Amino acid sequence: MQMSSIVKTTADVLFPFILIYGFYIIIHGHLTPGGGFQGGAILASGVLLLLLAYKYAESTNVVRQVVMKSLESTGLLLFIIAALSAMMLGAGFFFNWLSPGGILFGDIVAYGSGTANLNTGGLIPIMNIAVGIEVVGAISVILLALLSGIKEKI
Amino acid sequence: MIEIILHALILTGMMIAAILVFNFKDLVSAAVAFGLFSFLLAIEFYLLQAPDVAIAEAAIGAGLTTAAFMIAIRGTTKKEGDEA
Repeated sequence: MQMSSIVKTTADVLFPFILIYGFYIIIHGHLTPGGGFQGGAILASGVLLLLLAYKYAESTNVVRQVVMKSLESTGLLLFIIAALSAMMLGAGFFFNWLSPGGILFGDIVAYGSGTANLNTGGLIPIMNIAVGIEVVGAISVILLALLSGIKEKI
Repeated sequence: MIEIILHALILTGMMIAAILVFNFKDLVSAAVAFGLFSFLLAIEFYLLQAPDVAIAEAAIGAGLTTAAFMIAIRGTTKKEGDEA
């Protein structure tokens, strides 16, 4: 089944905005509602838009299964390394040694109301980023496996 | 007062969407009605002040699940009950 050029153009135009929104949800996970899983699902819905708009052979030139599998593994590795890095320093599993005072995400949270600081949280934003990478890889692999079973018909 | 009206409207819409999912024989229409049900459920979660769950429901329920159903329907038959 060949999609019309209206669908293809809409998918092309909307794709970067969906990506930006997903990254926003992931990176603000420790401040606003959302987080790694929700942002990763939004990113995966952007990938899904490309997969549905184009034919299977065309879209798999952009969305490769090997890349998505390695994204999933990278997210899991980043998560477990972030968790074990606290144990290497002598603290407990997933101890938040970056907050406060670390080089990354290490600011001290100001007391009271006001605008939130993105550069806080320590290991929590890193965990959110890892979960986001893992979820976008996993859901894309699921969708690619679903689509590959019927690739003769579309 | 306005909250009660909104809750009643959205819950009624969810019930109508669920009945439509049950009654449609065309599977594509049933999948779209299920997407509508998920969307209304996301709005209901937001009204109940659970925006975290609402984002997850909107992305997974209304987006990815509907598309997964569409892909599955493409591989099988369009109507409920007919052979091949």
